[in-house]
Amino acid sequence: MTDLSQPVTALPSLQRRFEGRALRSLVLTSLAWIIAIVASVPLISVLYMLITKGGARLSLEVFTELPPTGFEMGGGFGNAMAGTFVMVGIAAAIAVPVGILAAVFLAELGPDSKLANAARFAAKMLTGLPSILAGVFAYALVVMTTGTYSAPAGGVALAVLMLPIVVLTAEEAMKMVPKIMKDAAYGMGCTRAQVIMKIILPTGLPAILTGVMLAVARAAGETAPLLFTALFSNYWIYHEGSLAVMNPTASLAVLIYNFSGMPFDNQLELAWAASLVLVIIVLLVNIVSRIFGKPKY
Amino acid sequence: MNVSAAQQAAPVASQAPVVMDCKLDKIFYGNFMAVRDSHVPIEKNKITGFIGPSGCGKSTVLRSLNRMNDLVKGFRFEGHVHFLGQDVYGKGVDPVVVRRYIGMVFQQPNPFSMSIFDNVAFGLRLNRYKGDIGDRVKHALQGAALWDEVKDKLKVSGLSLSGGQQQRLCIARAIATEPEVLLLDEPCSALDPIATRRVEELMVELKKDYTIALVTHNMQQAIRVADTTAFFSVDISQGSRTGYLVEMGPTTQIFQNPREQLTDDYISGKFS
Amino acid sequence: MYRKQSMNTPFDIPDNPDSACRPPSAKDFLVDRIFRGLARIGVALILALVLALIFEIGRKALPGMEKHGLDVLFGTVWDVNQGKYGILPAIWGTLYSAFIALLIAGFFGVSMAIFLTQDFLPAKLAAVFRTIVELLAAIPSVVYGLWGIYVVIPAIRPLTAWLNSELGWIPFFGTSLSGPGLLPAALVLAIMILPTVAAVSQDALASVPMKTKQAAYGLGTTHWEAILKVMVPSAATGIFGSLVLGLGRALGETMALAMLVGNANTLSVSLFAPANTLAALLALNFPEAGPNEVEVLMYAALVLMFITLLVNVLGSLLMLYAQRGNK
Repeated sequence: MTDLSQPVTALPSLQRRFEGRALRSLVLTSLAWIIAIVASVPLISVLYMLITKGGARLSLEVFTELPPTGFEMGGGFGNAMAGTFVMVGIAAAIAVPVGILAAVFLAELGPDSKLANAARFAAKMLTGLPSILAGVFAYALVVMTTGTYSAPAGGVALAVLMLPIVVLTAEEAMKMVPKIMKDAAYGMGCTRAQVIMKIILPTGLPAILTGVMLAVARAAGETAPLLFTALFSNYWIYHEGSLAVMNPTASLAVLIYNFSGMPFDNQLELAWAASLVLVIIVLLVNIVSRIFGKPKY
Repeated sequence: MNVSAAQQAAPVASQAPVVMDCKLDKIFYGNFMAVRDSHVPIEKNKITGFIGPSGCGKSTVLRSLNRMNDLVKGFRFEGHVHFLGQDVYGKGVDPVVVRRYIGMVFQQPNPFSMSIFDNVAFGLRLNRYKGDIGDRVKHALQGAALWDEVKDKLKVSGLSLSGGQQQRLCIARAIATEPEVLLLDEPCSALDPIATRRVEELMVELKKDYTIALVTHNMQQAIRVADTTAFFSVDISQGSRTGYLVEMGPTTQIFQNPREQLTDDYISGKFS
Repeated sequence: MYRKQSMNTPFDIPDNPDSACRPPSAKDFLVDRIFRGLARIGVALILALVLALIFEIGRKALPGMEKHGLDVLFGTVWDVNQGKYGILPAIWGTLYSAFIALLIAGFFGVSMAIFLTQDFLPAKLAAVFRTIVELLAAIPSVVYGLWGIYVVIPAIRPLTAWLNSELGWIPFFGTSLSGPGLLPAALVLAIMILPTVAAVSQDALASVPMKTKQAAYGLGTTHWEAILKVMVPSAATGIFGSLVLGLGRALGETMALAMLVGNANTLSVSLFAPANTLAALLALNFPEAGPNEVEVLMYAALVLMFITLLVNVLGSLLMLYAQRGNK
C-alpha cells in the first residue's frame, strides 16, 4: 500500500508561492473544524431534547404505571421496562453461553480450521444483518409455529443480533490473553478445558464482559425485531399471579415507536420520557463496560 | 557421521543415573526438518546445558522433552524420550500426563494474572494435592529464593512483581509440585544481570533436588552453572536449517578441550 | 494433537512420596471432552443460524415467489385488497435513501477521520470528538426517529420550501415537503451511519505505516498535501470499505425510515417526496398481515437480505484486502 510515487508528484509544489500554500492549508483546516463541529450538532440536539422534553415528564409513576390509552391522562411505561428486561434477559441467556463457547473454539481449539473460518465469516455477516430480518426470522420460526406474539419470540430475535457481537468480541478477548500465559498452563499439564477455564476465561473476562455489555446495550435499544415478534401490550408481563410469557409483550422501544405517531400530548411526552430512560440505560451499560473492560494483564 | 559424535559423547559422561534418555532422530514442523540425529542423555541431579548458535534447534529439543511441541501445528517426532523407563512418545501416551511430571520455565516470565499465592498453588490444586497447600507454597517460594521478598504480599497479583521476581515466581510455581525434571528455556534472557545472577545461584541450589535441562544462549552461563554441556549446530547443507548435536560432555571438557572443530570454533567465537 | 484422550494412560510413573505430581483424573479428561464438544456445538450453531435464517425466510417466501414471480419486483402498486404487491418503489427508496445518506455520512465521516487522526487536535480534544461520534452509535434508532419527526422535519421545512419554490424545475426539488419524506429520512440515516464510516476510516488512516507519513513530510509537503496526496490514497481501500459497510447499515436500517420516510409507494427522484423502503415496508405491514401478505413480505425480506448480504460481503472483502495491503 505504500505508494511512494505520491510524494514525488507532490514535489513541484516546492516551486509554488509560499503564501498560496499557507492560505489553502488555513482554509482546509478551518473547514475541518467546521465539519467536526457540525457533526457534533445532532448528538447535542438529541441530548437536549431528551433532557428537556423527556426530563420534564420523568417521575416515579412513569416507572410503575401502565401506558395510557387514548385520551387518558397520566400513566407510564412500567410494563414496557419490565418487558425489555425480560426479553433482553432471554436473548442474553441464549446468546451469551453459545457465543462464548463458540468463541472458545474460534480462539483456542481450532482457530485455523475450516469450521472456524466459516463460522467467523458467518458471524461477520450476522453483524451486518438488518435487525428487521432478525425479526422476520423469529416471526417465521417462533411466531408462526406457536401461533402467538410473545416475549420468547422477541428474545430469539434479539439473540440473533447479540450472538455475533458476543462471539467476535469474546474471540478477540481470548486472543488477547498472552500466549506465554497459555504456554505456562499447558506446560504444567493442564488439559485444554483446564487451560481455558482456569486461565483464558478468567484472564479475558473483563474484555469478554465488555462484549456482552455492548450486545446487551444494542439489544435493549432495538425496535424493529420486536415490532412483530413481541408486538406490544398494555398489561404487565406478570399478570394475575402468573407470568404471561406466551402473550404479546411490551418493550420500551416499541412504546416509543407507537406513541411517537399519536396525536395526544400525553403519549408524546411519555415517548420522550421513555427515550430518555432508554438512552440512559444504553449509555450506562456502555460506560460500565468501558470502566470494567480494561484488561489487567 | 554426526550420530557418531553423539555416541562418542555419551560414554564420556560421568556415572550418574540417566533420568531422561532422549534420542531425537528427526523433528519436523510440517515439511521443515528442525532437528536431526541428536542423542542427549540427561543425568540425575545435574544441570545439562544446551548451547549453540540461534536456530540450532536447542529450544525445539527442550520443548520436545515434555511434548510442548505437540501444541505446534505440523509437529512430528521420530525417536524416543525415555523418562524413568517409559517412552514419553509411547503409543497412547497423553502429553498432558507427561507435562505433569516435567516442570518447565520459559524465556519470558509468565505468571498467571492471579495472586502470588495462587500462582504457586496452581499446580498443587491442578494435581488435587491433599496436604497443606500453604505449607507447600511457602516451601516452593523459599526454594525459589523469593519467600522473604513476597511473604507479606502473597495476595498481590503476580504480575506486579519485577521481571526477575516474576521469573523466580515461575520457578516456584514449577517446583511446587516437585516434578522429577525441570526444563529451563533461556530463563534469564529477559532479565538484567543482577536478576540473572540470582536465578543462576538458584539453579545450582535446585540441582540438589531436581534434574535440570537448561537452554542458554549465553556460553558464560553454561560455564558457570552447567555440569554437562551439549553443543548444537545448524546444518545448512540440505538447503534448509536443521539443528543437530555436535558433541556433548562435561562442561569443562567441552570448553577446554572440545573434540570437534565446530565446537572449538563456536566457543572461541569464530562464528556465532 | 490430542485427538484421542485415553482415560487410563499407559504412562505410569512410580509414586514419589515427595512429589505432588499426578496425572489428570478421569473426571478431568471427561470434562475436557465434554467442554470441547460443547465449544464445537457452539460454533456449529452460528453456521446453523445463518443457514436457518436463509432457509426459514426462503421457505416462507417460496409460495409468494411462485404465485407472483417477478411481478413483485417490478410492480409499483401495493394494495392488499386488490392482491397487488409491488415492491419496486420500496427497492428504489431503499437504494436512493441509502445512497444519499452515504453521500452525506461519507463526506462528514471521512473528514472527521482525517481531522481526528492527522494531528490537528491535542490528544485530549481528539478523544472528546471521538467519543461524540461513538455516542452517536449508542443512541437507539427509534430515538433518532422521534427526534427526526419533531426536530429535523420542522428544521428543514423552510429551506425545502424555498428550494421547491425557487428551484422546483430541478427534479430533486420537484415537490414540497409536507412532513415525512426522503430527505429527512436520509439525513437521520446519515447521522446513524456516520459512526461506522468515521470509525472504520479512522482505523484505515491510523494503520498507514509511519514511514509513509514521514516520507511525505520528508519531501517538504505541507500538512494538507501530505494528507490528500499520501495518507488518503494509502488508506483508500480501507476508507472505501468503510463506505461500503456504512451503505450496508443504511440499506437495512428500519426504524428511522419507518418513522420518517412517509411510507408512500411512489417512484420519485424528488428529495422532498414521501417514499418507502423495504425495511419500512416490512415493519409497517408485518404486524397486521394476513397469510397472503406474509408470503409477499417474506419475499421482500429475502430481497432485502440479498441486497444487504451482497453489500456486506463486498465490504468485508475490501476490509480484508486493505488489511493485507498494510502488512
